[in-house]
Amino acid sequence: MVKSTIPPMFQVVVDKEKCRKCKRCVMSCSYGALGFTDRVVPDDKNCVACHRCVAMCPENAIMINESPLAYRPHASWTVEHRQGILKQAETGGMLLTGMGNDKPYKIFWDHLVIDACQVTNPSIDPLREPMELRTYLGSKPDKLEFETDKNGQPSLKTQLTPNILLETPIVFAAMSFGSISLNAHRALARAAYESGILMNTGEGGLHKDLYKYGERAIVQVASGRFGVHQEYLNQGSVIEIKVGQGAKPGIGGHLPGEKINSEVSQTRMIPIGSDALSPAPHHDIYSIEDLRQLIYALKEATNYQKPVSVKVSAVHNIAAIASGIVRAGADIVTIDGFRGGTGAAPTIIRDNVGIPIEMALAAVDDRLRKEGIRNQASIIAAGSIRSSGDWVKALALGADAVVIGTAALIAMGCRVCQKCYMGKCTWGIATQNPQLTARLNPEVATERLKNLIRAWSLELKEILGLLGVNSIESLRGNRERLRAIGLTDSEANILGVKHAGE
Amino acid sequence: MSWRYEKDISGCGLAGIINTRRELINGKVIMKSIALQHDRGNGLGGGFAAYGIYPDYKDHYAFHVMFEHEKCRHEFEHYLKINYQIDREELIPTRTHPKVPTHPILWRYFVTIKPDRPDLKEDEIGDQDFIVKTVMHVNLNIDGAYVFSSGKNMGVFKGVGYPEDIGEFFCLENYDAYIWTAHNRFPTNTPGWWGGAHPFALLEWTIVHNGEISSYGINKRYLEMFHYTCSLMTDTEVVAYLLDLLLRKHNLPRELALKALSASFWKDIDKMDKRERTMFTAIRQVYGSAALNGPFAILIGHNNGLIGINDRIKLRPLVAARKQDTYYLASEESSIREVCPEPERIWHPKAGEPVIIDLEKEVK
Amino acid sequence: MPASKTKKTGKTITIDAKGVYYRELNHSIRTALKAGGKEFHLKNINGQRYIGDGLVGRDVRITIDGVPGNDLGAFMDGPTIVVNSNAQDGISNTMNDGKIIIHGDAGDVLGYGMRGGKLFVRGDVGYRVGIHMKEFKAKIPVIIAGGVAGDFLGEYMAGGILILLGEKKKNEMMVGDYLGTGMHGGVIYLKYSDDIKEDRLGKEVAVMELDDADNKVLDKLLKEYCQDFRMDYDKTRQQRFVKLKPVSHRPYGKLYAY
Repeated sequence: MVKSTIPPMFQVVVDKEKCRKCKRCVMSCSYGALGFTDRVVPDDKNCVACHRCVAMCPENAIMINESPLAYRPHASWTVEHRQGILKQAETGGMLLTGMGNDKPYKIFWDHLVIDACQVTNPSIDPLREPMELRTYLGSKPDKLEFETDKNGQPSLKTQLTPNILLETPIVFAAMSFGSISLNAHRALARAAYESGILMNTGEGGLHKDLYKYGERAIVQVASGRFGVHQEYLNQGSVIEIKVGQGAKPGIGGHLPGEKINSEVSQTRMIPIGSDALSPAPHHDIYSIEDLRQLIYALKEATNYQKPVSVKVSAVHNIAAIASGIVRAGADIVTIDGFRGGTGAAPTIIRDNVGIPIEMALAAVDDRLRKEGIRNQASIIAAGSIRSSGDWVKALALGADAVVIGTAALIAMGCRVCQKCYMGKCTWGIATQNPQLTARLNPEVATERLKNLIRAWSLELKEILGLLGVNSIESLRGNRERLRAIGLTDSEANILGVKHAGE
Repeated sequence: MSWRYEKDISGCGLAGIINTRRELINGKVIMKSIALQHDRGNGLGGGFAAYGIYPDYKDHYAFHVMFEHEKCRHEFEHYLKINYQIDREELIPTRTHPKVPTHPILWRYFVTIKPDRPDLKEDEIGDQDFIVKTVMHVNLNIDGAYVFSSGKNMGVFKGVGYPEDIGEFFCLENYDAYIWTAHNRFPTNTPGWWGGAHPFALLEWTIVHNGEISSYGINKRYLEMFHYTCSLMTDTEVVAYLLDLLLRKHNLPRELALKALSASFWKDIDKMDKRERTMFTAIRQVYGSAALNGPFAILIGHNNGLIGINDRIKLRPLVAARKQDTYYLASEESSIREVCPEPERIWHPKAGEPVIIDLEKEVK
Repeated sequence: MPASKTKKTGKTITIDAKGVYYRELNHSIRTALKAGGKEFHLKNINGQRYIGDGLVGRDVRITIDGVPGNDLGAFMDGPTIVVNSNAQDGISNTMNDGKIIIHGDAGDVLGYGMRGGKLFVRGDVGYRVGIHMKEFKAKIPVIIAGGVAGDFLGEYMAGGILILLGEKKKNEMMVGDYLGTGMHGGVIYLKYSDDIKEDRLGKEVAVMELDDADNKVLDKLLKEYCQDFRMDYDKTRQQRFVKLKPVSHRPYGKLYAY
């Protein structure tokens, strides 16, 4: 291969005074950015700024800088465009990336502010008074019927379809075993189990060792149908049909053969080393009535014991799509916004296709209410929930629960270097290389994930308290408690919020 | 909006009286009771609901309507006549009152729905649904007209002022009722306009409310799914519509409907036996968006009784008392003692536990 | 809506499904299965979906009179279903094990994501048959069609065996366009025909002659197929077959710039 002429993005600086030549940094770097002769020799062009070497260096001798190399400034031909073209000219391939959209689009979460009680109604102290986050996912009837026995005691007559309890309205994102390591999958499954939330298997099945956490898992059925069989479907508490992903709406997936090791192969039920291709569509869904057919095929297969979720990317016509999904019989609609994460997606698609989750969520919640079918399905919002602040705003816009993917990865150690697709993750998360996966201690990762859920839930309770409500139902869909700053009238209108001061 | 912080912050005041044997109580009694709570209001709203006041027209829907000007009254009457038979219409009797310097035009209409109402063809809905539809239509679409009472053999009297002044203005000493509720308002959520005063009424349901409903935003959006339009810029109207939805349309047992509004805690639900746990879990699952959150004490009047309920952590006061067949509910004990100095029993209802007082069955 | 009429004669449970909605029908089958029933005869079937969906057990046998609805045997794990007429779309969807025998023609998207068991169709099959079939160790799904097939036969195929006997009822193409497109595992055996044209093949596959191992596979499977349909094995087997295999199991290695 011809040597690349593309300048490096980062500069690795090793402080010679501090370095004791222990080589830990060299061993920790899987990208080939650090070599050793008689001293540590960086190869800047391979550095992805994953920080593993920085974290491992006992002497704090390593610093990663953004490359100071000057490009002649050009507002239109940005450095990124120029580098992309150079790379494509060298390889003839599509540019690939990982994680969510990194372009500076307007982030609507950052233009919404939350209300608080002052005088006219009291705030509530969440540390000492009850504060309820319990949430049920699934379809609810519009009304309940009761019957009274001869002693005049009422009891419930309406038969509810299955609902799944969340102790706090959050679920881990669908990240398949294959795209992430077994240790990462194990940590997500266990943390979900122990926190009373849900993990999502993603489309690669559920490893048999993790079946014991199955009651806290959403088992996904995607177009590739990897690892989908009767036992798997019955392991989970929710079945999710994955139609789309926010980072790459409308396209399929491709897990390269290098990542199909023995464990992945057994779980996905495909031979070791073969590519795992997920077709762009489900080939049994070419139209909305086909979605209904698959939803009920899954319900029949599991004797109507599991809520069925349908996950779609947020696209232009999302409100109508969601309405169709609910009318097709889904119990949960999961919407993934265009900042949602991925293990691998063509950069051009990740950065240009879809709409923000804030707009999509608001439009869907509105539409389902206008049609009087909001009870029939829960809404789960995904795609860049970065803090409990975003979480609260999503709930107030109408989500029953939110998804966290990137945040969960960061909790496990990820530094958002966006190179997940390379399979070289130095933190042992997005890789199947046994030397690397061993770096992620599932016990520690479980604790860190549980800590994150606990910390955000504490913050959520504080915010409910200052809003003067003591249960999550009173926040959900309560857009009255949000105000917009710096949004246009039409943006605020779509979000269904007033401007600050109004 | 400077009105929000104009005065010392206080709270609203509530009072309610019911005689279960339908013995009539004069309007002076309730006026006296609520007057004691003068300092809980700020003069920007007072009102009363009275049941049993129109025995001669007890099978008619009594529409109390306020108009900003004559033109909208004509528009309203024109609209009304399409579907309703008006058997009596008149100005609501008022007296000139120094503390009530301005007021809208106040009319009442005793009407029945025409059996062959033209709208019937379009949507075959029951009488009560049709009344609700009429009220929603007028309040939303006829600019300057506002129906503030629409039940049978009952009526709401309300306006901007202290309740004792509003009562005098409406000559309430001329009315005898077997259920009364009263409200002294300290508006925070809406400026003091006549329509914004309590009670809020829809059909026979009247609501007087103390507190602020922090869950208003979602309650409103929930109701919109069932075609209720919240047009009054205040949180209390959601209570009236929620009751109409849960009790009349969904036909929930009353105790359970009230539990939907003032939800049981999960901690307590978890301790219940299976029958109750199933029931209360389902109520929270299905009616979560109907739950009222934030501080509230509410008196609910209806043709067959009076209900008092407060929020589940008791952020607003409520006192109850009984003397023989007469029950009293109020924000302050003194307000009860003012008109019933020696009650046989006086108690403080628990948080979220409704006090339900029913009239005895009517004796023919 | 009439409830399904269930009758038990000997070991066979007969269900008259005339006008019965699929939910009730499948519910009665599941209930009878739980009670120990193994043999089912479904009469007057017309369009009921999901028959056999998710059912487990190799000793379960369902015979169907009439045209069953879509997703016949979806997610199925063991049972045998015999359809005495034509059948519709989505048969053997994500099926894990078991056998489905269709005595007539079948529709589109058969055996999607199928990972085990057999689907034998006597007549023609529609578009996208065997799409994304996959195999793992000893679990190898098999689809055999006696007639002709539509476009995208074996698309994305990642494993398993597809056999097309190509018996034509009229003047038509034996196999459609985009044959084996995206195929990266498994094998397709086709009756040799001029209809197999290079420009109608997926770019990931090539046509090859059979070797001994292939012939053994064909012997075994065609024997079973002919037995099921009471066909002349020798006549069927003596036709010339070719096979279609992916040239690489990594057809998409060079798509991306890393």
